[in-house]
Amino acid sequence: MIAHEDLRAGLRGAGLAIQVGPFVVRLRSRLDRVERSVALFYDRQLLPLASAPFADFHVTLARPLGLRSVWRPQARFFLDGRSPFRPLPLAHAYPLFEWGLNWCIAQHAHDFLMIHAAVLERDGRALVMPGEPGAGKSTLTAALALSGWRLLSDEFALLSLETGKLVALPRPVSLKNAAIDLIRDRHPQAIIGPSSHDTSKGTVAHLKPPHASIERMHEQAAPAWLVFPRFAAGGQDRLQPLDRAEALLKLVGSSFNYSVVGGSGFEAAADLIEQSDCLNLEYADLDASLGLLNDLAGGPA
Amino acid sequence: MTRPALAQLLAVLAEPTASRALSLADWDLLVRVARVASLEGRLQALIEDAGVLPDVPPAPRRHLHAARILADRQHAMVRWEVARIHEALAPEAIPVMLLKGAAYVMAGLPSAPGRQFSDVDILVPQAQIQAAEQHLFVQGWVCEGYDAYDQTYYRQWMHELPPLTHMRRKSVLDVHHTILPPTARLDPDPELLWAAALPLDGFPGMYVPGPADMVLHSATHLFHDGELENGLRDLADMDALLRRFVADDSGFWERLTARAFEMDLSRPLYYALRYGREFLQTPVPDSAFRALAAARPAPPLLALMDGLFRRGLKPHHWSCDGRLSGTARWLLYVRSHYLRMPLHLLVPHLLRKAAKDVRKGKRNQAEP
Repeated sequence: MIAHEDLRAGLRGAGLAIQVGPFVVRLRSRLDRVERSVALFYDRQLLPLASAPFADFHVTLARPLGLRSVWRPQARFFLDGRSPFRPLPLAHAYPLFEWGLNWCIAQHAHDFLMIHAAVLERDGRALVMPGEPGAGKSTLTAALALSGWRLLSDEFALLSLETGKLVALPRPVSLKNAAIDLIRDRHPQAIIGPSSHDTSKGTVAHLKPPHASIERMHEQAAPAWLVFPRFAAGGQDRLQPLDRAEALLKLVGSSFNYSVVGGSGFEAAADLIEQSDCLNLEYADLDASLGLLNDLAGGPA
Repeated sequence: MTRPALAQLLAVLAEPTASRALSLADWDLLVRVARVASLEGRLQALIEDAGVLPDVPPAPRRHLHAARILADRQHAMVRWEVARIHEALAPEAIPVMLLKGAAYVMAGLPSAPGRQFSDVDILVPQAQIQAAEQHLFVQGWVCEGYDAYDQTYYRQWMHELPPLTHMRRKSVLDVHHTILPPTARLDPDPELLWAAALPLDGFPGMYVPGPADMVLHSATHLFHDGELENGLRDLADMDALLRRFVADDSGFWERLTARAFEMDLSRPLYYALRYGREFLQTPVPDSAFRALAAARPAPPLLALMDGLFRRGLKPHHWSCDGRLSGTARWLLYVRSHYLRMPLHLLVPHLLRKAAKDVRKGKRNQAEP
């Protein structure tokens, strides 16, 4: 473990090396919010700099200079000295780090088929849940991760083009709006960071991944279930089989880099479909849907 | 003064087996420098060809591999675009000459593997450029995002149409009628280019420039037209082309230098060979420099240009920048515009462009 003073010194100096699944992020920042959130969420993923001479992404979060920063403080994301997007209000510095890291991975990690999906695992078998924003994916993911499933990823599934297995990317789960209190009430022991209000996604707070998720981040998991959740307020929770061809189309439609990886991405997606039960989930009540998903894996964990 | 990461990149570009000597910490910076220079995919191809890719540690190898996947994808798209351009223009008997990256890929030249690029550049005869625009329009290429001033600027003063974007595929196509603006200080004759062009197998009516012209065009683009952002990438293109053409034709150096004078492009060629030898150890014989003696700038000018190009050709990465890098790049930018147009046209244009950039800069960045 790295002491907090060292963490602070690292962030403000040569950078802090963070192991995020298959990637090493070298992060520099003088922003207190970033420091606090990194200390809270990534304390178990820090590497001594000497053991991480190569980093995949060199990220800096900084306040832009200029007169405007006096009355409207902002935070800007830099990858290796270049800033790919507009600054955000300083209060959103930490979500900006997470979003920026998504961008870095999506731009560069073409040894994976990258899919906008949550991934959880039980007994070596992975549940892949692609979902449109608003489908309730993060709430389901958080609830599953806090009740016995191992979290591989909240919204960024990495399907290895080499092994055909899912690779973990343990990062805080991004909870939005009502889901924040819902999870806090159900799981008082869960570690949830401060809320950022009025972001482009509403109010956002992050849930720290459980220990097992971090300790076992280098264990890959074979796909077993591909479930497309759809939030249907007031409806009845149910799982319905989905035609494989349609599942394949929906899966590649959720991919960030399907068009880049081409043929090998198609093969990997088709293999995933081949190995998985493909299902649609109509999701209205959290407990009812959790029950359905647990039953897939042979009952509550 | 060359800083270590750039020196290592240049050493690996010139001799890929040198990559075996790199530590992980070396790779950490080298990958980033190669990335901003658009040379990451090229680096992968060179290292793979030399048979030493398995010796690259897995962490940097993954990034080189990803860049190669992206480049291969771009190449597949370029082949597709070229076939669509052929469909649009061949029935109208409008000849098309592919330039730069598209030519390297379609002609299977050694500068192609791993090369990254975005736009397709083509040349059509000036008399047919309007017809070409119309037939490309029918197939979905439109000119969008350019205001009336830009449109007039391109059509009146430039050697190309404003860039065309395909409506559905969003691919960008640059249609030229010659290789430099009509107002430029140098005046290469496009007729000569057409006369020496080579037909492209499988695409009747499509051509690539002859070997010497291919080198001259790349040199002109870099050293006269001032596209320096990917300067080192372009030097690497020419290095690969020259090595191949010299191997195929022992008289190539004489042909190239004679052609440079014939095309009025001897000065850009002189710079290309000078900095190719300096940066990438391109094997240019002294006889070629002797043949280009008349194109060599006078000593005071050459000293100045050395000072500018040695800075401007480096990758635009903080680790390669010295105190004067920004100034050198700015002066080279001004120079390229000065070479492109006489001052009475240039000054109003630059003022107008600057005002527009200030307004646009604030709008253009993406939301995270």
